[in-house]
Amino acid sequence: MLSLFKKSRIRGGVHAEEHKAETATLPIASNFPLPKKLYIPLQQHVGKPAEPVIKVGEKVLKGQLLAHSQGLISAPVHAPSSGVILDVNDYPAPHPTALPIRTIVLETDGKEEWMAVHPVDDPFQLTPEDISLRVGAAGIVGLGGATFPTAVKLNMGRENHIDTLIINGAECEPYLSCDDRLMQERAEMIIDGVRLMLYGMETESAVVAIEDNKPQAFLAMQAAAESFAQINVIQIPTRYPMGWDRQLIRFVTGKEVPVGCRSSEIGVTIHNVGTAFAVHNAIRHGQPLLSRVITVAGGAVQRPTNIEVPFGTLISELFSFCGVNTENIARIIMGGPMMGDSLPHSGLPTVKATSGILALTQSELKNTEEQPCIRCAGCVSVCPAGLRPLDMANNIRINQLDTAVDLGLKDCISCGCCSYICPSNIPLVQYFKYASGEIVARQQAQHKSEQTKRLIDARNARMERIAQQQREDELARIAAKAERERLKAEQEALV
Amino acid sequence: MIAHIKPSSGAHVGANISVSRIMRQVMLALLPATAFGLFCFGWPAINLFVITVLSAVVFEALCVRLRGRGVKPAIMDGSAVLTGWLLAMTLPPWAPWWIGVVGSGLAIILGKQVYGGLGQNLFNPAMLARVALLISFPIEMTTWANVSPLFFSHSPGWVESWHITFSGLENSDATTGATTLGFIKTEFSQNHLLPDILKDYSGFLNFIGWTRGSLGETSTLLLGLGGLWLIRQKIIQWQIPVSLLLTVALLAGVFHVMDNQHYVSPLLYLNSGAMMCVAFFIATDYVTSPNTPAGQLVFGAGCGLLIFVIRTWGAYPEGAGFAVLLMNSATPLIDHYIRPRIYGRDRKGKPLEIPKS
Repeated sequence: MLSLFKKSRIRGGVHAEEHKAETATLPIASNFPLPKKLYIPLQQHVGKPAEPVIKVGEKVLKGQLLAHSQGLISAPVHAPSSGVILDVNDYPAPHPTALPIRTIVLETDGKEEWMAVHPVDDPFQLTPEDISLRVGAAGIVGLGGATFPTAVKLNMGRENHIDTLIINGAECEPYLSCDDRLMQERAEMIIDGVRLMLYGMETESAVVAIEDNKPQAFLAMQAAAESFAQINVIQIPTRYPMGWDRQLIRFVTGKEVPVGCRSSEIGVTIHNVGTAFAVHNAIRHGQPLLSRVITVAGGAVQRPTNIEVPFGTLISELFSFCGVNTENIARIIMGGPMMGDSLPHSGLPTVKATSGILALTQSELKNTEEQPCIRCAGCVSVCPAGLRPLDMANNIRINQLDTAVDLGLKDCISCGCCSYICPSNIPLVQYFKYASGEIVARQQAQHKSEQTKRLIDARNARMERIAQQQREDELARIAAKAERERLKAEQEALV
Repeated sequence: MIAHIKPSSGAHVGANISVSRIMRQVMLALLPATAFGLFCFGWPAINLFVITVLSAVVFEALCVRLRGRGVKPAIMDGSAVLTGWLLAMTLPPWAPWWIGVVGSGLAIILGKQVYGGLGQNLFNPAMLARVALLISFPIEMTTWANVSPLFFSHSPGWVESWHITFSGLENSDATTGATTLGFIKTEFSQNHLLPDILKDYSGFLNFIGWTRGSLGETSTLLLGLGGLWLIRQKIIQWQIPVSLLLTVALLAGVFHVMDNQHYVSPLLYLNSGAMMCVAFFIATDYVTSPNTPAGQLVFGAGCGLLIFVIRTWGAYPEGAGFAVLLMNSATPLIDHYIRPRIYGRDRKGKPLEIPKS
């Protein structure tokens, strides 16, 4: 029985109501008006924030470098349109807290004036290293939501001799259809991007995996890949979280990525279809990453659709374009409804990680009235990571964070399956995120108290040393005085 | 611009499932067998059923009130009704009113609320109450009414039923008898052999439930169907019922083949409403059973083993309650040792090794 479980390639998961049909059948909107102002955060990726290279008041062209990458893991940021830099300052970030983050504000002039670009006629004449460099310079990051700099991943692929490149077209989150539309409309370009990635990583073959609820995208991609034997387009079962990289790797290759390792260490690298498209643009046309396709959907949206949006566009502009009735919004979500974060308001910019913006009504949301856990074990059976969310949550509730870590808290991927299935409406992922944050805070506090203790000890030792020194000086002084008096007495005696 | 949302991580959407819905589904699955039982044993059974369920709700409300929590949500989740219902099903159908009240009190107060309420209890409340009643009131708990359906001429009428429920049964020999398992046990003690003992046994009547037994536990057919429906509805998993029934059948089969004069056939064991009730409705209680599939297999097999052992060699003809309680106490242990393997780790929790290629 146990070996049978081991062989099964999909573990856990749920099938939520898809809500994709509303947007998956419509073409990507091309008539989205260019916003007057773009708010471009300097950190739209994993790693160090980019460092601005422009000054306030400077005029910039579309595609011009605004901020260069810093350090090994980082990504540059480019001007999504032409215009004037209004400000470089802290503005609210697209994050549940909306805390300020360093942001460039660009006032667009509506001319869409491009900088000089350098298309490459035959990229396969470039060296693989050159492909990585160009991808890095174009500011491309993983567009599936992880936003890890793609160039770094290509380099790791080359160094680790990857044998399989997996292109993630699962798009397993409900509501979202941006990858679906991209595959339907721009299949050739994506496949070209895949070929360029293969070349850049010196990898032999690629597998494009698409959930079987997207037959149109599958057919388009299959047709586009037909003449390239090294690219295999497959359909995979529709089951959230199929697009979790490690679930997909296990399904496609049968291999499991060990905890603490990168997938490249077992010879597999995974990229999103949107990333492949961006690579195509960067290499063939010399265009940096300036925009992406975003799904705008949810019950409060009158005209849900996919839009190609320049980075820095405020969510409120997307809402007014799609006819969102703000009265009906119960929650704004960036990303999908399973893993996405809820945002406090719509005055926040879209970034490279934004695959979707959802405006959900109260009736679409999960009930938040928390009831006692009845140990139904639904969360155990849906957990793709093999955890026991109920036990973790119980320990977190009584502040036994160490036990929660022993139970596997750090292996939680926050996929939300447990919260989704829980009949008692327990916000399990919220518990886990709280606990993870709290553990970091406690470690920092402990570190701080250790440092303080060390400083106090050092000070005490120093004071002790000084006191000792003073005592010795005093003794020496008394001895010297006595000596002087003795000498004086001797002299007097001589006299 | 709106700013009225409290920050919250996913999942923002949820499955169409709730505690009360789960409880309702279980009640729905119990309904045919219960209705049939109430029909078979008539008005006294209906009285007992109503009294037991109502008192379970009252005790729940009292306890929740004492703890200073909201009474309405606790009652509305349906767990107290279900506990009372399950308990009533396992009681002798013509038991006096106070058996139902005391039983519900034991189940709700001692079985559930002292542990901290719903989801916290170690033992199955209904079984805890049933076993406590059986030990405390052996006469009342082993007086099994004959099948005397509603509206039949020899069955007690509405007025007579109040008499049975509130002032006890008179002249009980005429209207009561032993259950099949109880009868076998007594006959064994008089050195009779099985073929002789079972000459009046009808497999068919036991299958549909036209036999002496607990209020709602007579019908193999209806309880089995209810259980299968629950599995189909994904309210319960197949692991516990299958491993429990298989274990009983296997053990009974082995012993029956070895000595069919003294060991009851596995078919007789399986063709029992009580066995179906335990396998599908009692042992599968979420709160008191393990939460991994492998753990549930172990749990079910353990229940099956204990049921067989108690029935065959123990002092009681029916051992399901004891078996379930014993395995309930082993549940934390099972959950501690049988854990799912975490992705990217081996069974011991160490990271997997990178395969050498």
